[in-house]
Amino acid sequence: MRHTISILIENESGALSRVAGLYSARGYNIESLTVAPTDDPSLSRMTVVTSGPDHVIEQITKQTNKLIEVVKVVDLTNTAHVTRELMLIKLRAIGAAREEVKRLTDIFRGKIVDVTETTYVVEITGECGKLDAFVSAVGQGQILEVVRSGASGMARGEKSLKV
Amino acid sequence: MELSGGEILFASLKEEGVEFVFGYPGGAVLHIYDALFQQDDIKHILVRHEQAAAHAADGYARSTGKPGVCLATSGPGATNIVTGLATAYMDSIPMVAITGQVNQAMIGTDAFQECDIIGISRPCVKHNFLVTSLEDLAPTIKKAFHIATTGRPGPVLIDIPKNITAPDVRVPFEYPKEVSIRSYNPVTGGHLGQVRKAVDQLVKAKRPVIYFGGGVVLGEASAELTQLGKELGYPVTGTLMGLGAYPASDEQFVGMLGMHGTYEANMAMHECDVLLCVGARFDDRVTGELKTFCPHARVIHIDIDPASIAKNVAVDIPIVGDVRKVLQEMLACLAESNARADAGDMTAWWKQINVWRDVDSYAYDRNSGTIKPQRVIEVLYEATHGEAFVTSDVGQHQMFAAQFYKFNKPRRWVNSGGLGTMGFGLPAAMGVKMAHPDADVACVTGEGSIQMCIQELATCKQYNMPIKILNLNNGYLGMVRQWQEFNYDGRYSSSYVDALPDFVKLAEAYGHVGIQVKDPADLEGAIKEAFALKDRLVFLDILTDPEENVYPMIEAGKGHHEMRLNPKRSEFN
Repeated sequence: MRHTISILIENESGALSRVAGLYSARGYNIESLTVAPTDDPSLSRMTVVTSGPDHVIEQITKQTNKLIEVVKVVDLTNTAHVTRELMLIKLRAIGAAREEVKRLTDIFRGKIVDVTETTYVVEITGECGKLDAFVSAVGQGQILEVVRSGASGMARGEKSLKV
Repeated sequence: MELSGGEILFASLKEEGVEFVFGYPGGAVLHIYDALFQQDDIKHILVRHEQAAAHAADGYARSTGKPGVCLATSGPGATNIVTGLATAYMDSIPMVAITGQVNQAMIGTDAFQECDIIGISRPCVKHNFLVTSLEDLAPTIKKAFHIATTGRPGPVLIDIPKNITAPDVRVPFEYPKEVSIRSYNPVTGGHLGQVRKAVDQLVKAKRPVIYFGGGVVLGEASAELTQLGKELGYPVTGTLMGLGAYPASDEQFVGMLGMHGTYEANMAMHECDVLLCVGARFDDRVTGELKTFCPHARVIHIDIDPASIAKNVAVDIPIVGDVRKVLQEMLACLAESNARADAGDMTAWWKQINVWRDVDSYAYDRNSGTIKPQRVIEVLYEATHGEAFVTSDVGQHQMFAAQFYKFNKPRRWVNSGGLGTMGFGLPAAMGVKMAHPDADVACVTGEGSIQMCIQELATCKQYNMPIKILNLNNGYLGMVRQWQEFNYDGRYSSSYVDALPDFVKLAEAYGHVGIQVKDPADLEGAIKEAFALKDRLVFLDILTDPEENVYPMIEAGKGHHEMRLNPKRSEFN
């Protein structure tokens, strides 16, 4: 099963490699990993999307927690939460496709952020599944380039991951 | 008081109560060695290979409970200690390793003797630090010792660029009195509700077993474990790493468990209905095949590391905490209640265990014309009255030492259990000997292992370390040969150690005493003679039966109840 794990970690050089190294050393999957400093510049917030049976996920959270620089770890999967991912996608936009891509972008509440005579760059945000859906809706033939940020997530409501 | 980085290092080590640093100089640590030269508080032991510095620091730590310290230069000096770090990490040994690094301005330029030891060591240390300013040096050392010695202990590496230790750059020095790391707060006491549940479960048991590991040694919980064992009257078994934490001569001790443990310990594990695991981690060498592991048992697991719990084996009552505190809480719970296991059940359980005991699974041929390795350990035990510190390397000799030396006290048995590092025994014995100069220190080794760090005989000479080396020389990499005999139809691929040196001459060349023993009749005399030579290192080259196997054995894929016993057992009297 897919799990979204949030990690609060000291914003120090090498901290990311400790997490990434742990996952590779112990053979855990990483579907995506995002990291950036928080409002407190001494802390970084990571979101890792991983998958595995329950006992592996339990080990992942425990082993991550064991890293000295990790302040807190939460498996968001166990609580109501939101995740969002950003995608930039460059599409061939010639002839009829120009209008069709524009329409699809509107339907997915995306934005066209760059236009040339032959291409669009579309910015689209949402859960990973929505991004997947957009990719399949436009069709492989139109896609020139895709960059996705990986998912970021947090719990809904009062729960918050803070020091 | 203004000090240079090199001076701060030694002033800080002094504050941490460090007696010895095991190390080897080189370019990036020249400033450090210059500062070392100009102080008297810390004694430096010059090893002959950095790997030995790490193992010696490790041996010091295992035998004292205090963190060991090693020092190496950048590049190859640093990479040479990696095996030592991994060894200590697998067995949770508190250690601080200091490495020199090239000047900060040179980092990343492929400078001479530059390597990314932070990256290389990351998976085999509890934590590591690259010091990036002189002001950070003392606080970093404080943090390193704190992390190495608290929670589940482990090695911590501090990488210090050369410019940080330059003699002409000085800052005011004050060693931090306290340390606080917001992201590191190891648990101590166990959850009381869980402790009560565990005690409740324990006293209801009909066929209980207490299984302890190295955590009891590391957590200084030997007295509490023994008290709990005696209070309950249950059978007690220990892992390779735990030996000595419960007295081996106590009648409730059923011996080591696992791959080469006793038949009675493993059968008791298989049949038990309640298993109390204290400071052990269900290692694969202990559990055998997981599918058939303790099929009837409710499992209680005490460990300071939450990640050890439910890693390999599902646990019914987990208790995260310092083993000593948790055992104290359990003893207090027991004292409050009169509930105890049913006497009839216990009698029946012990009766069964004694039937297994009568199998005498460690039996060996006492009438052999060749020296049996088991006998060597028995004689060692007798000659040292069971009081020696015994280090070992890895292989058959290690198992024989674990089986036949009855350790009654913790920290007397020093071996690389988790990583299984050949070459560990001699340098580890150096660390032990420096810490316990008046104690008997024996290194039980084999002709394969000893050659992996043989150069340390020179260190032993320089610092007058009268260690007794018992080289169980059977001309084979014995454990490899045994597996090849069992599983590869006797195709002894590269397990025969051809072209062995003359170990007696070799010992003499290093300035030590060498004695070869071939005849079983000479064994006792030779070992006694070695220990009588109080101020000399004695290398006993003992020619043992080349084809002796370690029995009993749980082979790969088998469970505790499927032990392979010595097929010639019935012929021994």
